Amino acid sequence: MRLFARLSELAGMRDRELDAPEGATPREVFALLAQETPGLQAYSDRLMYAVNAEYVPPEHRLAEGDEVSFIPPVSGGERVVRNHI
Amino acid sequence: MWFEITSEKLTAEALIQRVRRDNSGAVLVFLGVVRNHNLGRGVDFLEYDAYPQMAEKVMREIAEDAQQRWDINDIAIQHRTGRLEIGETSLLVAVASTHRREGFEAGQWIVDRFKEIVPIWKKEIWEGGEEWIEGELAPKQAG
Repeated sequence: MRLFARLSELAGMRDRELDAPEGATPREVFALLAQETPGLQAYSDRLMYAVNAEYVPPEHRLAEGDEVSFIPPVSGGERVVRNHI
Repeated sequence: MWFEITSEKLTAEALIQRVRRDNSGAVLVFLGVVRNHNLGRGVDFLEYDAYPQMAEKVMREIAEDAQQRWDINDIAIQHRTGRLEIGETSLLVAVASTHRREGFEAGQWIVDRFKEIVPIWKKEIWEGGEEWIEGELAPKQAG
């Protein structure tokens, strides 16, 4: 599991191995993490998820050995909001 | 095509040489440069964080999309990470095309798209404070 930018500062780490239940989703893994680090909670609706360096939907099913990454908003994201939301 | 995330200084001439070919009459070069102010306050320096393996993949996807849309001969993109001082180059894009129009149009589109979806983040640091600059929402999925 990998964290970047402000997420990594809040959690005090950049990466870590973790045991998630079989078939867990990136959203569920982030929720577990946010229980340990309350500051992360604010990001739960503003994240993108990546598995093995590809964007995936929040409900993607994780497999053993997957590397899941939590992608906070990038700086130029505003235009995306206007165009797609 | 060539893509790189690096902590080394960026030089436009090196990137130009990666895309220039004898069949291209135009090489468009874009430099993103660290500015000394943002959101009405001064900026002392920036720190960039990135997910390099994924950023390089997403840059390639953007370049392949651009090649579908415009008649482009070659594209190279580089982004720097770590601490960058005012005036230093953070982003370099070079687009080689047979004619200039395609280069200008593709170049603008590539830089806009880059800022939307490539997993790279910047922190502004000023006297007495710092802030990660985040868009309103998460990046839109490529494609």
